[in-house]
Order: sequence, then structure tokens, then C-alpha cells
Amino acid sequence: MFQVRIHGRGGQGVVTAAEVLSVAGFREGRHAQAFPSFGSERTGAPVVAFCRLDTKPIRLREPILAPDALIIQDPTLLHQVDVFGGLEADGYILINTSRSFEELGLEDFAAGFRAERMCTVPATEIALKHVGRPLPNAALLGGFAAISSQISLESVSAAIREKFPTKVAEANIAAATEAHAFVTQEMREAARA
Amino acid sequence: MLKQVEGSAAVAEAVALCRPQVICAYPISPQTHIVEGLGKLVSAGQLTPCEFINVESEFAAMSVAIGASAAGARAYTATASQGLLFMAEAVFNAAGLGLPIVMTVANRAIGAPINIWNDHTDALSQRDCGWIQLFAEDNQEALDLHIQAFRLAEQLSVPVMVCMDGFILTHAYERVDMPTQEQVDAYLPPYDPRQVLDPADPVSIGAMVGPEAFMEVRYLAHAKQRQALELIPAWASEFRQIFGRESGGLTHSYCIDDADIVVVALGSVLGTIKDTVDAMRERGVKIGVLGITCFRPWPSAAVRAALSGAKRVVVLEKSLAVGLGGIVSNNVSAAYHGSADDVYTVVAGLGGRSITRTSLTRVFDAAVDGTLEHLTFLDLDTSLVERVLAREREQRHTGPIAEGILRDLGVVAAKIG
Repeated sequence: MFQVRIHGRGGQGVVTAAEVLSVAGFREGRHAQAFPSFGSERTGAPVVAFCRLDTKPIRLREPILAPDALIIQDPTLLHQVDVFGGLEADGYILINTSRSFEELGLEDFAAGFRAERMCTVPATEIALKHVGRPLPNAALLGGFAAISSQISLESVSAAIREKFPTKVAEANIAAATEAHAFVTQEMREAARA
Repeated sequence: MLKQVEGSAAVAEAVALCRPQVICAYPISPQTHIVEGLGKLVSAGQLTPCEFINVESEFAAMSVAIGASAAGARAYTATASQGLLFMAEAVFNAAGLGLPIVMTVANRAIGAPINIWNDHTDALSQRDCGWIQLFAEDNQEALDLHIQAFRLAEQLSVPVMVCMDGFILTHAYERVDMPTQEQVDAYLPPYDPRQVLDPADPVSIGAMVGPEAFMEVRYLAHAKQRQALELIPAWASEFRQIFGRESGGLTHSYCIDDADIVVVALGSVLGTIKDTVDAMRERGVKIGVLGITCFRPWPSAAVRAALSGAKRVVVLEKSLAVGLGGIVSNNVSAAYHGSADDVYTVVAGLGGRSITRTSLTRVFDAAVDGTLEHLTFLDLDTSLVERVLAREREQRHTGPIAEGILRDLGVVAAKIG
């Protein structure tokens, strides 16, 4: 089983991201379960959503306390929420930011993990460019496809098409594709370093 | 056809396949997505003939369902929590009149304090209202139970409540196998009411019945529920023949054949319990699970048989009879062949508290060791409780409990679990 936890703020499409990821997993023939942390949804409030992927049916209903991967849609949460709580030692982190782990003050923390699995991507900027709105979720899923190899960019794109009307879907797919390329490049550099 | 959809969307589609003729509902979380989905199907002309009636309250929702059902229509509604309580009088009436309404209850806690999260207090508060109550373990079973519910309701002229855990199931995306219209039509015949309000052939429904026959009418309601105990397994097996999968029935057993300890539960928590039991079995613990699918009528004989080899029984329930303890465990104790001393109640998940494998393992291990209390509150923060009790001992004007306990706790918005 591969478990993904997505942190963001109300209005950033956190829950939708988990749902789209589960549809992408389903399209690859896997069992997938997506669910939100059920709060009173308010714009800007911290929101968590979860997605499990497995080759067999998923029965577990507890929140994901020990994720294999973290997607952080809003870097301002780093100082507010224990976003890294329970992350597996060989886990993946993808943060939406134009800054580096060092610039975020996470250098020491990141040193405990595998460098090629720690990535940042300016998903909000990419979303503004393609979608015209600061909704980083699709771009982050593109980046997640690159960093984790759990899911293909094609499946993410197909899942986005299933969820959104054509025009919105194509813009989000363009954002996902650019973020995928960005993260792929970043991983290459990390592997060389 | 296999689909990856939200539980509410799956249920809406399944209900539509059952060809309801009147749908009436008042929105309340976490049920709302179900009737929104049905409303879209009706307005798009994809569900005809069907009238979607917006009502001003849950009391009106059930009253409209009663009227529609009495006029011979297949009627459906959905609610949760305070909504179910608000319609309670009409809920009893629907059962007393023998009207086969199907209602989804997206299980949610009851206030005060106000809480939108999942537990079973809402449905269990209505356990003696005369409705059949079925509990779904996952979204596949939730959609399947709705198809079975219409058939059961209409055959017996008894209303059926399909209970599914609010948020945990209603808002979860997971794989479901959506049946075809042909399969549902083959399973569910058109509604042929025993009683119908028809201006061309006038009758009255809802007579006042005095002491001379009231007991008999109530007895007949009980007798019908006992009849359901025979029909439910038979129709689950017919369901398997048409749809090709196990769904419904009275109970589901898991690893109980050699089990010394059996955990009994309802609803979606069964999945987490089974994963916990698998891990404990790897250590050699002889533990099994009994899922109650049909809570009303209470399947005494099936429960008694399933627990016949159990030395200890742990009932894990998302409900609390304040001042007594367990509700489900009280029913289980009555059916269990052994001593009530060997039945343990674990109250868990109230108001949406997460139920984790770690905590379940701890209480199940305690049951194995014989150190489990007869009534346990899973992951109760005793220090928080003690602070309130201490304050109440020390001073008179302590103010409202909920506000005080939140102040003691500090900000929790950022908690993950």
C-alpha cells in the first residue's frame, strides 16, 4: 500500500487533488481510496486529504498517520501544522514553493531523507500561467507523478479530464505537464549532486 | 461497471436505478451530496417519471414521503443527525402505517455539543421506531443495500433505513461496481402496494385504534420484522445470483471459526478492525470479527450461532447509552450463550474521533489478557475529563462544559488525525 497525505488550505483544491489521484490510480487498475479530513470547511483554514493506493482492496479507514508521500500545497503551513508527522524515512516530499528547502529553513530536516525524494515546485506560478487562478493542485499531481513513480502523468491527465469540463481540464493538464517536467529535472540534478 | 466515485454519488446512482417516483429531502451534512446527485438526475430528465420535492424541513420530508408512499409511489428520502430527530414523529408514523419508504441515514453525531462528524447515535436513537435498519461496511455495500432495501420494504410494507457512515463513506472515493438497469429491474419488481389512497376508490389510512386492537397492530409490526429475518438472507442470496457478489444479509463473519475472542461492530469501522485482526492473527491470537449488517430486526439467532465458539466478546460501538453504556452490546449480551460478564463494551469514535489500528490493538490485546474493563471509552483523554471534574468540585459557577473543555485543550485546528 502507498499512502499519500495532502496538506493545504481551504479553497486550494486539496480534497479534489486526493480524489483525482484516486481516479488516476483506479485507471491504472489499482484499488484507491481518497477521503478528506472532515472539518467545517472554511477558505484559508488548514485542510488535509488522504489517498491510499494498493493492488488489493483497501479496508482501512483510519487517517494516514505514517504517509509514504506528502504533498504540501501551501508552504505557510510548515510553521502551523505538523505536516511532516509520521513520514516514513524513505518517504517523498513535494512542496509548492519557488524557494528551496534551504531557503525554507528545512535544510537540517531534509538531510534525514533521500535528496532525490525531496522536491519543490512553483505550482502556484505554474497554475497562474496555465489556469489563470492560483489553484496548485493539478500541477502538484503532475509533480507527484514524477517524484513518486506511483502513477503516470497520462493517468493524472485522464483523471483531470474525468473530473473537469474540457477547457478547465486542458489548462490543468498543461500545468501538470509543466510541473512534471520541472520535478523530473530537479530530481536529475539532485541525483547528480 | 467499475467506477471510482464518491460514496454519495454511488448511492444516488443506485437509488436512481431503483426508479423512485418521489424524492423529497432537506439538506443536512453529510447526506447532502446524495440528494443533490438525485436532484441533478431529475432536473436533467435522466430519472423519469420522478418528482423531486424540495421541502422546508426534515419533518416535511418524511411527511411528504408518507403521503407519496400512501398514494402508491416508490418514495425515497435521506437525512442525518438532528434531521432524523426533527422528523422522528413522522418516522414512527411511517412504520406504524406500514409504508415502504427507503431512507438513507448518513450517520452523524447528535448535539449538543453540535458536531457534524460521524457516529451512530442518530440511527440508534430510532432503533425501536419500527423501521428495518441496515448498516453498510463500504460504499459497494451501501449502494447494494439500497437496491435490497426497496425490495424488502415493498414486500413487507415496512420502511427501511440504510445507514452509512457520514463522511467516512459518503465522502470517500473508492471503487464500486455499478449494476446495470437490467440487473436492478430483474431484482426489483415494480411497487405493488397493499394499501393505496386512490380518489376513484376511496379508503382512509391512519385510523385511531383504541385499547381493543392497538396491541395487535403493534404485534403485527413485530411479526413483520421477524419475517424480515427470514427474507433478508434469502434475498441476499438472490442478489448474489443476479449481481455476482456478496452484499447484505444479517451478519458477516470473518475468521470466527476458531476464534476465542470475537469483535462485534457495525459499519465502516469493520474494515479497520479486520486489518487489526489480520495483524494479531499473525502473532497467533485467535480473534475474529462479526459484522452486524441488519441491526433491526435484531438477528438474535444468527448472532448467537456466530458467537457460539467465543470465550469473550468485544462489542465496539459508535454509540453510547448515557447512564448505561453500550447499546449494541446490550443486544449482543442478550443473544450471547455465555455469561454477560464475558461481553465487553468499547465505545469508540464518538463525534468523529479517529479509530486507529494502534488503539484497537491495545484494547483487543487487553481483552486477550483479561485486563479489559467491561466498559471502555477508546482513547478517552482522562486528564481532560479530570480537569473539568476538579473544576466542578472546586467551584460552583464553572460555566458551560463544552466551552470550558475547548479552552483547556487549546487550538486543535491543526491536528491531523
